[in-house]
Amino acid sequence: MQKAIYQSVFNNKVLFTFILLILLLAPLFLSDFRLNLLGKFLAFAILAIGLDLLWGYTGVLSLGHGIFFGLGAYCMAMYLKLEATGGKLPDFMTWSGMQELPLIWLPFQYPIVAIILGILLPAAIAFLLGYLTFRNRINGVYFTILSQALVLVVVTLFIGQQNITGGTSGVTNFETFFGFHVNSSSTQTVIYLITVVVLASVFLGCRKLVKGRLGNVLVGVRDGENRMRFLGYNPSNYKTFVYTLSGGLAGLAGMLFVLQVGIISPTMIGIIPSIEMVLWVALGGRGTLIGPVIGAVFVNAAKTGFSESYPEYWTYFLGALFVIVVVFLPKGLMGLVEMIQERRRKVDVKQSGIKESNIKESSSVEVEKNYS
Amino acid sequence: MRKKTHYFLLLIVGLVFSMLVACSAADNAANATDPEEDETETETEETTETEETSSEDEDTIKVGILHSLSGTMAISETSVRDSELLAIKEINENGGVLGKQLEPIIEDGASDWPTFAEKAKKLLQQDEVATIFGGWTSASRKAMLPVVEENNGLLWYPVQYEGMEASPNIFYTGAAPNQQIVPAVSWLLENRGTKFFLLGSDYVFPRTANAAIKAQLEAEGGELLAEEYTPLGHTDYNTIIAKIKSEQPEVIFNTLNGDSNVAFFKQLSDAGITSDDITVLSVSVAEEEIKGIGADVIEGHLTSWNYYQTTDTPENEEFVANYKAEYGDDAVTADPIEAGYFGVYLWAKAVEAAGTTDVDAVKEAAKGIEFDAPGGPVKIDGDNQHVYKTVRIGEVRSDGQIDELWNSGEPLKPDPYLEGYDWASELSEALSQ
Repeated sequence: MQKAIYQSVFNNKVLFTFILLILLLAPLFLSDFRLNLLGKFLAFAILAIGLDLLWGYTGVLSLGHGIFFGLGAYCMAMYLKLEATGGKLPDFMTWSGMQELPLIWLPFQYPIVAIILGILLPAAIAFLLGYLTFRNRINGVYFTILSQALVLVVVTLFIGQQNITGGTSGVTNFETFFGFHVNSSSTQTVIYLITVVVLASVFLGCRKLVKGRLGNVLVGVRDGENRMRFLGYNPSNYKTFVYTLSGGLAGLAGMLFVLQVGIISPTMIGIIPSIEMVLWVALGGRGTLIGPVIGAVFVNAAKTGFSESYPEYWTYFLGALFVIVVVFLPKGLMGLVEMIQERRRKVDVKQSGIKESNIKESSSVEVEKNYS
Repeated sequence: MRKKTHYFLLLIVGLVFSMLVACSAADNAANATDPEEDETETETEETTETEETSSEDEDTIKVGILHSLSGTMAISETSVRDSELLAIKEINENGGVLGKQLEPIIEDGASDWPTFAEKAKKLLQQDEVATIFGGWTSASRKAMLPVVEENNGLLWYPVQYEGMEASPNIFYTGAAPNQQIVPAVSWLLENRGTKFFLLGSDYVFPRTANAAIKAQLEAEGGELLAEEYTPLGHTDYNTIIAKIKSEQPEVIFNTLNGDSNVAFFKQLSDAGITSDDITVLSVSVAEEEIKGIGADVIEGHLTSWNYYQTTDTPENEEFVANYKAEYGDDAVTADPIEAGYFGVYLWAKAVEAAGTTDVDAVKEAAKGIEFDAPGGPVKIDGDNQHVYKTVRIGEVRSDGQIDELWNSGEPLKPDPYLEGYDWASELSEALSQ
């Protein structure tokens, strides 16, 4: 069933090109501020794709992706901060009584190193975590709890080490990026376009990944881990690989986030944002790749829209939205697309007046049941 | 099954539609969110016949209000928003600024610093507000700082803070350290004892404040027994209280913020330590917070601020009466509430003096502007855009109000970098680079 939606809608290259074109042309008709917001949402979408690979395809629910997002974001922020201070000690270090730049900060003077580390560091940590947990067959809800606990540990660490991380205030007040003024509208437009291109390539890359043999293995791991093991696959290797990949993507998203928002603080990597990230995927429709992208943009647009229009009550609206979608659309927004298509096909079948429609319908229902 | 599908579809379409409406309505959201606005407009229409007061865009001046209305800081920040709205309402009733009505645009910072940056950007770029009144925590101010500097906006920040900052685009109407912390330490050394125990939440304000206090203690003959930090939101103070018992300080200088104060004072009083044994002086506990802590456990302890609800000035009598009339008899006023309130008036006076809302002109005109605030006369210092304020040390009463024990007699010149103190020279040099 899943494959059916996937092929009918998103194999549709025309649609993909159309969306990409709109996103690329957005700077022409959006104000600087709105463009900046959209860029932020698209950065979130990159993370959502990685999370979908992990949860939607491999069946591993991580409530700790804020860590990887944060690591990527802090890597970029450290570079931007050093660039802004001209190699001098950042202000929060002097408050905390530091005399010279700590060793951890030194590599981040160089933008290329910062960008590479922004992806590699979260990926490496994800690899280590994944290797240790999956190899020891820590699975399912135990892994989820572990990932959640890790967020708490990391956030406490970041807040506690104020002299190195900037504490609760985080890192902010940047000036230049590769010598370009980071807040000017032309730089922001370029960063936005980079985000669009990165998102598109990540999407295409991941789609290729899940359409190939690997995708089938991942779904196999999700639906019957023991069977895969009997067949000679080692599920923990696959899980570790996907976890590493999604950690790296989260780091990438974090870097793009910092460039556009201009601040990173522990509130962005804590438990609540980590759960929100999973909500984007759930709301969009997991196991569809495009669903989480839509979910990330939709949820964040709703959050911004509601909070701008009803600053007092927006949290209730957002909560109601979550409840409504989860209750009525358990498969997320992509489930809606699926339903529409289902209906259309049935109508087509009826109109053409073929009597076998009954057989077809019942078989499709059966498939659906199997899937859910 | 099919009927249900219909229902889902309708629901989702409705949702998306309402969201779109919400987004497009965002630009003129202020009227929708603030029903009092309309009220005041009609009132003025009745009273002043000569003035044109249609609610056209050209006839109003948009001002942004950006506080946390949700999240952990909401409890403190909503009342500052209330006082700012009160000041705006009063100004509008008296004919507005430059003959135009003020139109507040309210945004929610959600106790999340990146959100503060985003909303500040929205107010300045999208709504093109003349100024922003907002912020509470130092982290929120630091998040907004690059945004207001980048867009050459104005921010009026109403809370006492750690100093060591003077942005050309921010006016600081709360106390600088020399208007709250430094005099409090001197007073304590003179009146309550020399053995100090420093306790604070682990973030920039307590850490920076304590760095200054340590230097001051050394210079003025105090003794530092211990320095402890707990994470924001921490609620278990038994180990720290055990340490207090063994160290036996005469004074605890408390820079805890938020909920932690409730736990700390309750556990301190449960441990049998009263204000007769050890004096606790807090710099982040005002009338509003005392309501939450419970006056019975904090009674007799001290605070240092520039304003109390009991401060005896004619302006304050009127301010408290108006505030209660607007927000109910249970509402209390406190220092940041007052600072938010007179910040709006200072801005309005600067705009009147400049004859325009242009940021550079307003900044120039703001130099030396004076106003009789509820807490006594205040004046903007042109050098650093802080405010001359009177320091007041007070003792918490059993009814949750605060009695003034001492005041500085006259408004003190703000000194955010503590340049006027020899013992701070090393510190301010290191911090102001």
